[in-house]
Amino acid sequence: VAGSWVNQCLLEVEVKGVCVSEGRETCNTFEKLLIANRGEIACRVIKTCKKMGIKTVAIHSDVDANAVHVKMADEAVCVGPAPTSKSYLNMDAIMEVIKKTRAQAVHPGYGFLSENKEFARRLAAEGVTFIGPDTHAIQAMGDKIESKLLAKNAKVNTIPGFDGVVKDADEAVRIAREIGYPVMIKASAGGGGKGMRIAWDDEETREGFRFSSQEAASSFGDDRLLIEKFIDNPRHIEIQVLADKHGNALWLNERECSIQRRNQKVVEEAPSTFLDSETRRAMGEQAVALAKAVKYSSAGTVEFLVDSSKNFYFLEMNTRLQVEHPVTECITGLDLVQEMIRVAKGYPLRHKQADIPINGWAVECRVYAEDPYKSFGLPSIGKLSQYQEPLHVPSVRVDSGIEQGSDISIYYDPMISKLITYGSNRAEALRRMEEALDNYVIRGVTHNISLLREVIIHPRFVQGDISTKFLPEVYPDGFKGHQLTDHERRELLATAACLYVAEQLRSQRFLGTPRIPIAKSKRNSWELSVHLGDGIYPVAVSKDGSSFSVEVDGMKLNVTSEWNLALPLLSVTIDGTQRTVQRLSRDASGKTSIQFLGTVYKLQVLTKAAAELSKYMPEKAAEDTSSILRSPMPGAVVAVSVKPGDMVSEGQEICVIEAMKMQNSMIAAKTGKVKAVHCKAGDTVGEGDLLVELE
Amino acid sequence: SFDEYDMFVEHRCSDFGMDSSKNKYPGDSVVTGRGRINGRLAYVFSQVCFLSVHHQVMDQAAMVGAPVIGLNDSGGARIQEGVESLAGYADIFLRNVLCSGLVPQISLIMGPCAGGAVYSPALTDFTFMVKDTSYLFITGPDVVKSVTNEDVTQEQLGGAKTHTAVSGVAHRAFENDIDALLNLREFFNYLPLSNRDPAPVCECHDPSDRLVPELDTVVPMESTKAYDMLDIIRSIVDEREFFEIMPSYARNIVVGFARMNGRTVGIVGNQPKVASGCLDINSSVKGARFVRFCDAFNIPLITFVDVPGFLPGTAQEYGGIIRHGAKLLFAFAEATVPKITVITRKAYGGAYDVMSSKHLRGDANYAWPTAEVAVMGAKGAVQIIFRGKETDAEAEYVDKFANPFPAAMRGFVDDIIQPSTTRMRICHDLDVLASKSQTNPWKKHANIPL
Repeated sequence: VAGSWVNQCLLEVEVKGVCVSEGRETCNTFEKLLIANRGEIACRVIKTCKKMGIKTVAIHSDVDANAVHVKMADEAVCVGPAPTSKSYLNMDAIMEVIKKTRAQAVHPGYGFLSENKEFARRLAAEGVTFIGPDTHAIQAMGDKIESKLLAKNAKVNTIPGFDGVVKDADEAVRIAREIGYPVMIKASAGGGGKGMRIAWDDEETREGFRFSSQEAASSFGDDRLLIEKFIDNPRHIEIQVLADKHGNALWLNERECSIQRRNQKVVEEAPSTFLDSETRRAMGEQAVALAKAVKYSSAGTVEFLVDSSKNFYFLEMNTRLQVEHPVTECITGLDLVQEMIRVAKGYPLRHKQADIPINGWAVECRVYAEDPYKSFGLPSIGKLSQYQEPLHVPSVRVDSGIEQGSDISIYYDPMISKLITYGSNRAEALRRMEEALDNYVIRGVTHNISLLREVIIHPRFVQGDISTKFLPEVYPDGFKGHQLTDHERRELLATAACLYVAEQLRSQRFLGTPRIPIAKSKRNSWELSVHLGDGIYPVAVSKDGSSFSVEVDGMKLNVTSEWNLALPLLSVTIDGTQRTVQRLSRDASGKTSIQFLGTVYKLQVLTKAAAELSKYMPEKAAEDTSSILRSPMPGAVVAVSVKPGDMVSEGQEICVIEAMKMQNSMIAAKTGKVKAVHCKAGDTVGEGDLLVELE
Repeated sequence: SFDEYDMFVEHRCSDFGMDSSKNKYPGDSVVTGRGRINGRLAYVFSQVCFLSVHHQVMDQAAMVGAPVIGLNDSGGARIQEGVESLAGYADIFLRNVLCSGLVPQISLIMGPCAGGAVYSPALTDFTFMVKDTSYLFITGPDVVKSVTNEDVTQEQLGGAKTHTAVSGVAHRAFENDIDALLNLREFFNYLPLSNRDPAPVCECHDPSDRLVPELDTVVPMESTKAYDMLDIIRSIVDEREFFEIMPSYARNIVVGFARMNGRTVGIVGNQPKVASGCLDINSSVKGARFVRFCDAFNIPLITFVDVPGFLPGTAQEYGGIIRHGAKLLFAFAEATVPKITVITRKAYGGAYDVMSSKHLRGDANYAWPTAEVAVMGAKGAVQIIFRGKETDAEAEYVDKFANPFPAAMRGFVDDIIQPSTTRMRICHDLDVLASKSQTNPWKKHANIPL
């Protein structure tokens, strides 16, 4: 883990030029800093503190006592039990720790208390420095309406719109026409995209008005409506700003974060393929203007939506370090945490706008413990039985706060790490990302490597043709993993067959000299039958010195490898093409799962004879899944809406499971009578646990 | 079952002993023979009906010193054959018993197996079944119905699930015949050919000095919280491969085969996830039988201890926990194979002694820093010592005993080791202990409390 943060060629070298001269200066920031966070961001902050010679204090919940950030910090104090409200959000306990450890400053990371003005205020009252902007900026930017007003006044482009009571449909139409179609209509009080309706003409506006005003009155008791310009195919592009307490502010270029699911970013990059230098400068200057308008200091992010004609509109400002800050660090060479600490101490910025470069290209993938096959990612939990970061791939940076043996629990964000690759251009960065994803070993939890890898090799992504709707557009029926081409399928079949043969050969190699001599097999060719998906493929393997010659689909492939069956990563060369594959499991029945091109494939390799006989094996009756409801993920039962004996109709909500801050409604797969309920509100359930049975 | 035979044995399949019997019992499907599994000799018989022919196979297997594998699918004695078939049974039973401890005997039940026929598998070392298609019972559902008026299906009475989870008669169950045969092949590779042979050593790609960092945090801070002993076992053994024996029965103890640096080892571990890892009647018997197999066939034993004691209660006492618990104690005590023990957490009371302790001639006994070797848990101990009195002695007791030092100071554990180094330590010990030679005093046989 120690080496996992910065790859030498990436950040350190570039930062070093600045840091060396700064050695003395850093001594004058803080002696001791507390990190009010956990996981990768806590580790990230500690690393910079170590570089700057600042002692660190970690806080942790009781379940995190062995966490990486706790081990890395100079001191660590438990602030409460696992639930975040009792630990990482427990301001009283944290204030107590600050007093006890005499920490002079607090870095809040992101999430938790990072944008909590009350926390910032209490720190200020105690004379402890908050590494972030002052309470005024946090408050102003934290309020949606106020931030928009401020932005407007600072001449930042905002989405044209109207927020207030709309008298009738005619007025709605008038407003819509003023804004220009398409427009979005919703109840002001409704959060996010809830109840949002899009209108492309007057007729749809009237309809939208009717629905939304009803909803506003009935659901929220608040008549106000929001009518806003609807941005078709928007891209999410944000500007990193850095400001000091002396009125200086810089923009550190943009990050494109358009690849999202459920408004959560998945893949980010810097710079954006979409911006020309003019738009970039315009956005940067507006972002700086806004920062100055709120007397911002520290690092912050101004988020914009950009439409297909490169019109950009202010969305919101995040007054903290962003998750995706590493891509900016990669292309600018700045250590943002270090700059934040300096600024918080009161130092002026040491760069001019002209000093901020765009060097090369950086891409970040958020590696999550979640199942991408279920709505692009439902959380998964478990223990990382094996974990190996791809740091041997050049220009890779992995920001993580976990290690082999760590638990991914239901209490916290299921992010495993941020995987960042860097290249002199985008193609190089993406190529390295592909390699890094293939070389990433994560066992014990389900992860989203398959989705990440598919996104970064998708032609639309490669061309830069993306928007926030990328995932639902590209995978309208949900993500189903990599779709093998015929040639890739042959490669996979050949790899599985060779692994099987290598395993068979090894199981005949006994050491020592047994009493009854072992009959050495002279066999050098195998006729196999490989099951993959619904297909059964005959595969012939013959051993040819150290390599295998494989015949599949009438094609001959040459397969070489070291066939070290204990290593988690297996490098296989198939007809000159190198592939890194991972054999995740195998058993005596020939069943194996192999991660190939990011996706896990289940196969079964049998000898031809065994496969022939398989036909005579009785078919096992599959469990009727429509009459039982199992939990699709681990989580907590929030509510159960049925009891035994109730009649439910297909699609009716049966219970609600909450996992990682997300509530999921479990619905009945058919109409019927409830036979038994196996869970109650407050229960913790595991993936696959039986919840409710229907008759 | 001839098809499976052909697939199962790869080389030099030669049937013998058939000619003489063919004349006597024309049309009977009995196949016997010898063959090689991954190059190693094995004797195999398969039968649809119970016959006396295969005692010749067993005689030869015993003489040569190679395992016997029986593929059983037998309806029991032929009523029309009368007493002759009963004699046939007894011939086999006798040979099962004589072969016991001489060569490994494995039974694979691939169909209905009823009546006296069931005792042959019961006498062998391992009984494997095929799910949904194999049954073992003394008397079938019809007889049961007429005698006890119980309504029961074949599956409920003697199916794979019943015998692997409830009765403990069978050691593993597999999906179908092919799956069972393939697993049997893999299982065979763990076994020595006879009691004259050492545990086999396979080519190993997993470094013997591999550190296992996750073990340093695997035991939870709170001593009452459970964890999965299988996580520990899998991360220590070669390539995470563990062939578990009786995985569904008495799950509070885990037993099975694995390899360490290529060498077969037998693993016994308390399972804190199930009944806190308490020893009870079933788990004692399960453990004892496994330990005795390993000892009989020169397979080193590695024991992972996290045991809060024997399960209390009338059910256990009336059931004879004293007698059954003694079996495990007996088995560990008489075993002369290399014995390595790792105390991961609790080692309380008599159960501590039983679980391959130093006192039972353990060769290497280690404790992790989380180990607590004590007569009992602090809370209970303090309640007894200071009966009815208010006291804060619990903390004192924890200080004194809830750590591995008292045991280490007395030499009851050889070392307190960093958990991440456990694999390395065990592999080194096994290398040295490979030449261990220890014999028990001469006797006709010991008298284990059956």
